[in-house]
Amino acid sequence: MVPTAHYLVLSAILFAIGVVGVLTRRNVIAMFMCIELMLNAVNLAFLAFSRHLHQLDGQIFVFFVMTVAAAEAAVGLALIVVLSRQKQTLDVDQVNEMKG
Amino acid sequence: MLPYFALIILFPLLGALVNGVVGKRLSRSLIAVIGCLTVGLSFALAAVVFRELLLLGPDERTISFKLFTWIESADLTVDAAFLLDPLSVVMILVVTGVGLLIHIYSVAYMADEPGYYRFFSYLNLFIFMMSVLVLADNYLLMFVGWEGVGLCSYLLIGFYFDRKSAGDAAKKAFIVNRIGDVGFILGAFLIFRTFGTFNYLQVFERASEQFPSPEVGFGILSAICLLLFVGATGKSAQIPLYVWLPDAMEGPTPVSALIHAATMVTAGVYMIARSSALFSRAPETLLIVAVIGVATATLAACIALVQTDIKRVLAYSTVSQLGYMFLAAGVGAFGAGIFHLVTHAFFKALLFLGSGSVILALHHEQDLFRMGGLKKYLPATFWTMWIASLAISGVPPLSGFFSKDEILFNAFLLGHGVLWVIGIVVAALTAFYMSRLMFLTFHGTRRTGTTADHGGHGEHGHEPKEPSFLMTGPLMILAILAAVAGFVGLPAYLGGSRLEHFLEPSFALRYVQSSGGEHHSFSSEIALTVIAVLAGLTGIVIAYYAYLRDPELPGRVAGRLSGLYSAARQKFYVDEIYDRLIIWPIQRLSDVVLWRVIDVHVIDGLVNGAGGLVQYWSSGLRRIQNGYTRSYAAWVLLGAVLIFIYYYVVTA
Repeated sequence: MVPTAHYLVLSAILFAIGVVGVLTRRNVIAMFMCIELMLNAVNLAFLAFSRHLHQLDGQIFVFFVMTVAAAEAAVGLALIVVLSRQKQTLDVDQVNEMKG
Repeated sequence: MLPYFALIILFPLLGALVNGVVGKRLSRSLIAVIGCLTVGLSFALAAVVFRELLLLGPDERTISFKLFTWIESADLTVDAAFLLDPLSVVMILVVTGVGLLIHIYSVAYMADEPGYYRFFSYLNLFIFMMSVLVLADNYLLMFVGWEGVGLCSYLLIGFYFDRKSAGDAAKKAFIVNRIGDVGFILGAFLIFRTFGTFNYLQVFERASEQFPSPEVGFGILSAICLLLFVGATGKSAQIPLYVWLPDAMEGPTPVSALIHAATMVTAGVYMIARSSALFSRAPETLLIVAVIGVATATLAACIALVQTDIKRVLAYSTVSQLGYMFLAAGVGAFGAGIFHLVTHAFFKALLFLGSGSVILALHHEQDLFRMGGLKKYLPATFWTMWIASLAISGVPPLSGFFSKDEILFNAFLLGHGVLWVIGIVVAALTAFYMSRLMFLTFHGTRRTGTTADHGGHGEHGHEPKEPSFLMTGPLMILAILAAVAGFVGLPAYLGGSRLEHFLEPSFALRYVQSSGGEHHSFSSEIALTVIAVLAGLTGIVIAYYAYLRDPELPGRVAGRLSGLYSAARQKFYVDEIYDRLIIWPIQRLSDVVLWRVIDVHVIDGLVNGAGGLVQYWSSGLRRIQNGYTRSYAAWVLLGAVLIFIYYYVVTA
């Protein structure tokens, strides 16, 4: 049986990859996928703890996260489509009009 | 029926609302009917109430009617309640009665003026506010009416608002009255602090319990009365706040008659008479009231001697007669003061309305020296005005004779010999300036219309005409009242004053000196009366010689006393002195200190400084909001890391 710590380390690595991806990638679709990666890293941590503690709460929470992630994907992709139509670009650094 | 006397105030309010809101779309005759009918209904109701009051016993003639609780807060409860007693019923009869006559007169007088509905709306509003003032059963509600009549006065003085002088006069009246009102409201607060209520009857009862004898020295009661008196000097045009009343003549003449002669300006006298239970226990203040009253009477009479504008003569005459009323109150003869108030309302309203018909007949000519010889053109105006003029001069048996005599006799009786002498002199001056006005207006030869100096009005060259019956009717009714009203207040040697007997319950709680020697012989009273009448007749005779027999005489006298004459012509420079002593320093202070230092540097500095500080801070902060999504994500990460570290440190 794989120890819980291994799952958590994997989760942390996935999360860190997601964070670095969001911060470094300029392609908005890549950023979006990195956000999904972070969410799934969190899901993995939930499941690991759920198994470790013999409680179902964590698994239920994962369903919620997946549902929200699906909704977010729908809205996010719609925004990206609108963005690409308006600006003919997917580079987020080109979209910086909202500044003080 | 009786408790519904509060309805008296309702009708004028309705009239004011209807004329004010939809009057622009109504025809002139409908506006006039609404205006007159509402006041007429009020007067009829007041008359019915008066009749019912007479049927009750003297001790039952105090009835209050509570409409609703107006203010309730901790110890303070103020009702919107109305008090009917002999004093308020006399006042309401005068207000609605004279008011009705002047409304009717205005129908014709204002017929050619624009803003007809506005005029009647204001006039009705005035009657409403004045009714609130005299019928209120506590000082706070009285203050509502007090301010309301001030507002109406302002609106009506400035009725011809396209004339700068009218606008200025309105502002002057309003501001000077506010100075007095500060005194009134402070006095009312002090009453609440001392007696714990604003209600008249409770205040007077507690005052008579707490002060069984008059206050020695200048204490709390004297302070209350002095503050109330400051309010009265504003509203009733006494020294030092009388300066607004002569300027108030900028308003239409019926307004001068109603507000600035017959009713509103007597509010101060009414208020002091109403507070007789307080004033009679504050001898220090009472003396101040008497001295101010007689000083005002003298000063105003002196100025009236030399004014050439017909309305200004009457305005100063009003100030002077109000001085008499304050003299009456000051010597403790509150009933005599109210008596003079009533008779004065009749004859002064008549004089103003008469002058209005003269002014209208001469196409808005107000200079006495451009009138003359109008006797044959305006017979009704001529006769009625002479009756009023003789009444104010104290010629028996007209009304002014009885009321003025009652005041002077009371002043003498209470040991104020000096005040009596000055009062007699003022009576002579009054007779002189009134006769001067009459001789210059109606007698002699016409000084206008025939000469070229009036050429601008060439098309009006036809002869002056008596106005319609709508105007002469009220003149005749007022003339009858001015002639016979005195018989309700006969002196003791003719059977005593029925009016003062009727008013007695309203003054029941005042302090009465129980000293002996009250009994004076009738012969001394008659002797004093004869002196007063002789003084008045002397004034008339001198005026006759000076302005009819020997028209050169006034010029010679003026030349001999040129300093005094020009000082009186310039109203003793009181306006200029106020300007120099009060207005100029305030303007300089505002300009040099308040504007250039406080406003520019302190206030603007604070405001600009606050803005500048925020700008300074945000110039740094706004670099954070750079529009790059990934930099925001980095900030979010930084925040998350910081929170993580924080919890790690705290929980560790």
